[in-house]
Amino acid sequence: MTLSVRIRHKQGDFLLDAAFESSGRLTALFGPSGSGKTSLINMIGGLVRPREGRIVVDGRVLVDADKRVFVPKHRRRIGYVFQDARLFPHMTVAQNLGYGRFFTPAAERYADFSAVVDLLGIGHLLARRPASLSGGEKQRVAIGRALIASPKLILMDEPLASLDDARKAEIMPYIERLRDETKIPIVYVSHSVGEVARLATGVVVLSAGTVAASGPAADILSRFDLLPEDQRGEAGAMVDLTVAGQEEAFGLTVLHAAGGEWRLPRVDAPVGAKIRARVRARDVMLSLERPQGISALNVLAGTITGISADGGPDALISLDCGGDRLAARVTRRSVETLGLQPGRPVFVVVKAVTFDRGNMGTAG
Amino acid sequence: MEWLDLSPDEWNAVRLSIRVSVWATVVALPFGIAIAFLLARRDFWGKSLLNGIVHLPLILPPVVTGYLLLITFGRRGPVGAFLADNFGIVFSFRWTGAALACGVMAFPLMVRAIRLSIEAVDKKLEAAAGTLGANPAWVFSTITLPLIFPGIIAGMILSFAKAMGEFGATITFVSNIPGETQTLPSAIYTFTQVPGGDLGALRLTLVSIVIAMIALVASELLARRVSRRLEIE
Repeated sequence: MTLSVRIRHKQGDFLLDAAFESSGRLTALFGPSGSGKTSLINMIGGLVRPREGRIVVDGRVLVDADKRVFVPKHRRRIGYVFQDARLFPHMTVAQNLGYGRFFTPAAERYADFSAVVDLLGIGHLLARRPASLSGGEKQRVAIGRALIASPKLILMDEPLASLDDARKAEIMPYIERLRDETKIPIVYVSHSVGEVARLATGVVVLSAGTVAASGPAADILSRFDLLPEDQRGEAGAMVDLTVAGQEEAFGLTVLHAAGGEWRLPRVDAPVGAKIRARVRARDVMLSLERPQGISALNVLAGTITGISADGGPDALISLDCGGDRLAARVTRRSVETLGLQPGRPVFVVVKAVTFDRGNMGTAG
Repeated sequence: MEWLDLSPDEWNAVRLSIRVSVWATVVALPFGIAIAFLLARRDFWGKSLLNGIVHLPLILPPVVTGYLLLITFGRRGPVGAFLADNFGIVFSFRWTGAALACGVMAFPLMVRAIRLSIEAVDKKLEAAAGTLGANPAWVFSTITLPLIFPGIIAGMILSFAKAMGEFGATITFVSNIPGETQTLPSAIYTFTQVPGGDLGALRLTLVSIVIAMIALVASELLARRVSRRLEIE
């Protein structure tokens, strides 16, 4: 799937002038509120008609302002999961789920009702009405409703933003399964580094109506400067790990990565399963010698590949641990006293307890 | 309790009133929904004018509305003559004319109730239905219409009640002919104009009250059933 978007649209004083291409399985549109994410996704979904621009999904032109092409939303076959679920209150869950299927041409119905219900774990809700569902259940039904219409693309507009942390944790695995087990590409709007890091394969960073950067998730999220100030603490690197075994007695899982062995809080996955962990730069400590008698479980040998500082008290150190790219956030004072500089070998220390469900997920 | 027995003429008035009110309400309904939808959702040139015309019968003295109907829809009125010559539809001094008068008088109440309920519908739900493949006609019939159902019921009850009580416009337009255009209010009025008519007037008054109560209770039950479906369980 390729998605190609080029938009110029003035809305009051706000000018959205964005262009990007994406072929990832889950492309995140990332940026602070007011950066134009939702406007952009609404144009892809056909809810808003852009003044100028062109939107092409898999070779199918949905919008071409120059040629006055604007495919109405009901002919786009694009599923849309809204922040506020928007389930139809006068229908049961089962009727909500089946709604879109009715309008899909029989030959193009690839989604299997019961498979989707199983995937999302909503079988016990079918006879209920939306008003009696919890926020997390509503959102799962909304995802199912979009999916059962057999869309060619799924748009998600901050589907977790209105939920508390427990509900978010409940839904994330379902979105991961959607990303990994179905072939439908997803465009996911979010302002949360945590969600993007866990879910996205590609990221488009929006800022004040323009595209500030776009690329693979691992590249974007290790760049400090692209993250909103209040979430810079979330900046870090993505490490792909393979489950090697369980340490049942301690509730830990042993994993292998290119740079060495990791011990993380228990992950319920079989040996050989791929896990993606986000290692926050602020959780990473550096040492010039291999530390002895230290409580941290993860110590890896690595090399400094770059140091960046923006005048604040701290600096971001980019690291290479046997092919795994990591990042550490340390004070400029430490950089000076330890004499850190690119090329210098260091030991990278990461506490296992800094990982939780928020920064560990399955890697497809 | 013999004084409660209705005479044939009185029965006629009751039956006629119900027939006139049901027709007025049912025929006005599609127009009511269409105009309520236009007023609630669309912006067009002359919107205030349309709104004014719809509400005019609510503000004008009923006799004026009746007279306007007479000169427009009467046998020699422009619209009345056209309908009579081409379709054989005659309003003047027929029960159909009474239904027309009642429908026109009740129309603003119906439109108001339905319009309010359309304005209360979350447009985001309709947009969601659109993304699922429903074209605007499907969105209207599967999302909007079911959601405004309570408003439609309310509008129909208001309209029916108004039609049952309509007097001024009806008597001006189609007069007060027993068996043809003499509705309940006209019959009660006639009784009060003749000596010894008090008992008849009282009987018809009781009938009016019973019909009004039945309509009200029925609408309550219906509305409760619908709203229970939408409520938090």
